[in-house]
Amino acid sequence: MTTLFTPDHEWIRVEGDIATIGVTDYAQSQLGDVVFVELPKIGRQLKKAEAAAVVESVKAASDVYAPITGEVLEVNETLQTDPAQVNTDAGGAAWFFKLKIADKAELEGLMDEAAYAAHTA
Amino acid sequence: MLARDDQPTPPLKRTPLHALHVARGGKMVPFAGYDMPVQFATGVLKEHLHTRAAAGLFDVSHMGQIVLRPKSGTLADAAGALERLVPQDILALAPHRQRYAQFTNDQGGILDDLMVSNFADHLFLVVNAACKAEDEAHLRAALSDTCEIEVLADRALLALQGPQAEAVLSRFCAEAASLRFMDSKPLPVMGLDCFVSRSGYTGEDGFEISVPASAAEQLATALLDQAEVLPIGLGARDSLRLEAGLCLYGHDIDTSTTPVEASLAWSIQKSRRHGGARPGGFAGAEVILDQLDHGAPRSRVGLKPEGRAPVREGAQLYAEADAADPIGQVSSGGFGPSVGGPVAMGYLPAAIAARGGVVFAEVRGQRLPMKIGSPTFVSPSYQR
Repeated sequence: MTTLFTPDHEWIRVEGDIATIGVTDYAQSQLGDVVFVELPKIGRQLKKAEAAAVVESVKAASDVYAPITGEVLEVNETLQTDPAQVNTDAGGAAWFFKLKIADKAELEGLMDEAAYAAHTA
Repeated sequence: MLARDDQPTPPLKRTPLHALHVARGGKMVPFAGYDMPVQFATGVLKEHLHTRAAAGLFDVSHMGQIVLRPKSGTLADAAGALERLVPQDILALAPHRQRYAQFTNDQGGILDDLMVSNFADHLFLVVNAACKAEDEAHLRAALSDTCEIEVLADRALLALQGPQAEAVLSRFCAEAASLRFMDSKPLPVMGLDCFVSRSGYTGEDGFEISVPASAAEQLATALLDQAEVLPIGLGARDSLRLEAGLCLYGHDIDTSTTPVEASLAWSIQKSRRHGGARPGGFAGAEVILDQLDHGAPRSRVGLKPEGRAPVREGAQLYAEADAADPIGQVSSGGFGPSVGGPVAMGYLPAAIAARGGVVFAEVRGQRLPMKIGSPTFVSPSYQR
């Protein structure tokens, strides 16, 4: 299972034709204390680069974009009650939503871990 | 997902504590022309909670410190002159007491808000960083006939805030504990030539300490060495003052808001109102006194979002979830760490503000219910 990254600091983990999406640890460190997460509705058809979710820190609100096109299958409801999980486990338990991948070719433009590390260096 | 700010900016000014902030890991951002710490490694949330639980040290040296000295040698001449610019009673301000005030314009709008201290033979003013050049010009234009006006550019200003502030400052200034809320006087701290007031802008007990710039780092380091004290950035300063219902100039108050609209009528003493000893006689008096008598068209209120989503500055407010036209807007809003949820303040038509109940804020296309109430979301713990 590979994890890919966007320049906008989302991560995307692909299993079969399902992608799990969250924000990176670098992103949460820049955001600061996360106090609210707004998730997309299940069934919503997201286009690549469309604003899909919102993460709000004490300081500001930031959009989370869909890294690829697809239908929202599932959202992480625990972030509604425990948004601070984004700060403690951004790359794991604090995933945001899962998409049914519409076009696997869109994955090719994303960064691998090494490229993302260089991007945030 | 993160906003990038690649705009070229003019060179930023530095306070005397800049090097200390950097050395202590402050995340520096531009604010009012200064390079200031928005947070330290602790983070905004914990810095906020620490200030309410123990003590936080804030660098507010970017604010303006101004002395008004009466040319006649009689303080009442300076106090009377300053009363031409503010709706507050300055003549009755007792020696070594401080008062919250506003510079008003001819329309009754607020040019800046400030603190005025009576230092026996002169007045000491603390004004906002973003307004200080205009304030100085305003004072020189209006008061040069009666006052020597001196900007104390060689002084830093520290705020030590929180329930442990008194215990901490007493180690360096024996007289600190004897000050009551809004007392303000020259006092030695660590033997330094300081001005100490028992006030601040967090809703907590605490002190503001004006110290010679050359000794600012020495004093700040000594205070930060105390176990109770953490350095606090502007992020937590903002969330602390927001929870306490305190106005931020340029956001909650500006030239388009009068003190009455801003729910600051409490700061205008009876003596300056109709029926008082010296009614009016300040810029915008006609508008402000009329609003004091008959009410203002709109009011600043506290707004508590019913959900968890923060509602931030600029959000439009509606009387009903499906109303077409906005009736007001949020002037400050965010997450209140001590409240444990979102808090906001904003302006509503007076009738709706008085009615109370719920209004709706538009956030990302949704209408979120907010309960109208007092802007004070935490009980202040001032030591009166």
